Amino acid sequence: MSRPREFEILFDGTPLSCRDGWTIGAALTAAGVRSWRTTRHGQRPRGLFCGIGICFDCLVTVNGQPSLRACLVPANPGDDVRTQKGPGR
Amino acid sequence: MTEHLVDLAVIGAGPAGLAAALAAAEAGVRVAVVDAGVRPGGQFWRSPAPGAGPFRPATLHHGWHWFTSTDDRLTELAGTGRVLRLAGHHVWSVQAAGDQWAVHCVLGAEPRQHGTSAPVTVHARRLVLATGAYDRQLPFPGWDLPGVITAGGAQALLKGNLVVAGQRVIVAGTGPFLLPVADGLARHGARVAAVIEANSPLGFARFPGAVLGATGKLGEATGYAGRLLRHRVAVHHRHVVLGALGTDRLTGVLVGRLDRNGRVRAGTERQIDCDVLAVGWGFTPQLELPLQLGCATHLDVDKSLVVTVDDDQATSVAGVWAAGEATGVGGADLATVEGRIAGLAAAASLGADAVADGRPLRRRRSSLRGFASAMHQVYPIPDIVLERCSDETLVCRCEEVDAGSIRRAVVDLGATEARTVKLLARPGMGWCQGRVCGFATACLTARHTGRAVAEPDLRAFADRSIATPVPLGRLAAPLADEQPDGDGG
Ligand code: FES
Repeated sequence: MSRPREFEILFDGTPLSCRDGWTIGAALTAAGVRSWRTTRHGQRPRGLFCGIGICFDCLVTVNGQPSLRACLVPANPGDDVRTQKGPGR
Repeated sequence: MTEHLVDLAVIGAGPAGLAAALAAAEAGVRVAVVDAGVRPGGQFWRSPAPGAGPFRPATLHHGWHWFTSTDDRLTELAGTGRVLRLAGHHVWSVQAAGDQWAVHCVLGAEPRQHGTSAPVTVHARRLVLATGAYDRQLPFPGWDLPGVITAGGAQALLKGNLVVAGQRVIVAGTGPFLLPVADGLARHGARVAAVIEANSPLGFARFPGAVLGATGKLGEATGYAGRLLRHRVAVHHRHVVLGALGTDRLTGVLVGRLDRNGRVRAGTERQIDCDVLAVGWGFTPQLELPLQLGCATHLDVDKSLVVTVDDDQATSVAGVWAAGEATGVGGADLATVEGRIAGLAAAASLGADAVADGRPLRRRRSSLRGFASAMHQVYPIPDIVLERCSDETLVCRCEEVDAGSIRRAVVDLGATEARTVKLLARPGMGWCQGRVCGFATACLTARHTGRAVAEPDLRAFADRSIATPVPLGRLAAPLADEQPDGDGG
């Protein structure tokens, strides 16, 4: 069974279109989303920064699992991606 | 737990690792190539998954032919059992175990995602560390705004996903690497509003020997400059970004022109609108594993902490070689030459036949190193960026530590080196373990102490007993197995 080349994922309930092979971070960026987390102390918005798994700024909750690096996690059809607040657990 | 036994484990499948693996395998040694990436190539030859869109390597890559032919040859050798290719393997620890090394890995694109996959250990008689580097960053007002990303991050989005980071992008910082980043973005549909380069390539005039010795290196840069001109991208030399503007996301940057003394020239400050700023100040070598093993290090010309190696790329630890950015930032051409030398030397130590091309390889390495050293001197980090850090400027993004807390740790609490600053003010104690703020914190500590940044300052942020975050359950088992022989932890 082959995967579709394009599919949707959900970001805080809103469908975003995504190409097969994109990371969650790439899908959010392509949709113009720039932040999906707030920091613990200053409640500041954060999104991608290093893009390669080094900085942990891009932490996100995917299918209920918190604190995943959006820049590394491959997107899958129907993924439920959610904004993360504070430490995420 | 899955275990593999090989003669040589090469850690990293970027330019240096691939070259080392192929050289050793062709010399007859059984090699494992262990790499965190899902596809080979490292950061430099990062490529998209087939579904991501139409991929035209020539628009994004340099040396792609060398990469694919090397990669194909490794795949062929994998078919014969000579080479073991372990992609998506994040090495979190390497330990000595008797006369072998135990390379402990966790699996997956993001290993934290499925905390259940079985761990893998590679046992090897020799190691080549080709762990690469990531963008070096400096703090400035507003750099934590969403939309400010690293130059390498913009490059990774493009090379790995064919996604442009923004609509209207500014590329800033220093070094020749900014040009391919801007070029790639412009070719893939972003409007590159400007390249803000703190230095000027005219500085190469001071190093004629280095430029002539490294055939082709300056030509690369000229090629990018020509294409940027065609895309109407203005490259502003001797300019710096003074601040990122916006409240919850980036809307523009404030830039200024530097005078002869490296100060912002009065009246040159202006605002440029953009939705993404891609910024980088050279690179930081990734040294967790060499430090875990106890490899000697030193400060390079660019003030990076690098692994000290001899003429054969051997580290101070017997049985361990290192190549590529980990031994000094110098680009992919240098990395492949160093990788080949390391792979051949490791193979020779295992009894493989001596190789013929040693001398020309070493000559090429020395000219490329000469060029790299000139490059570091032409593109230094301008003092002005850290000088302009006010007390309110955020330094540690994870623990949200500002420059004032670092200053007070030195001036009020009497810290004299970065390790103490880290304990007192907590920069580098969060998720990223100082990978992002370590260099800046080390430099700020040195500034407030009234001295130059030193090796211990940088080591304070590079020593990590676990090289990659691991689901907690993974930690106990392999460590318990290997004692008491291991002394490499
Ligand atoms: S953006 Fe840095 S870890 Fe994902």
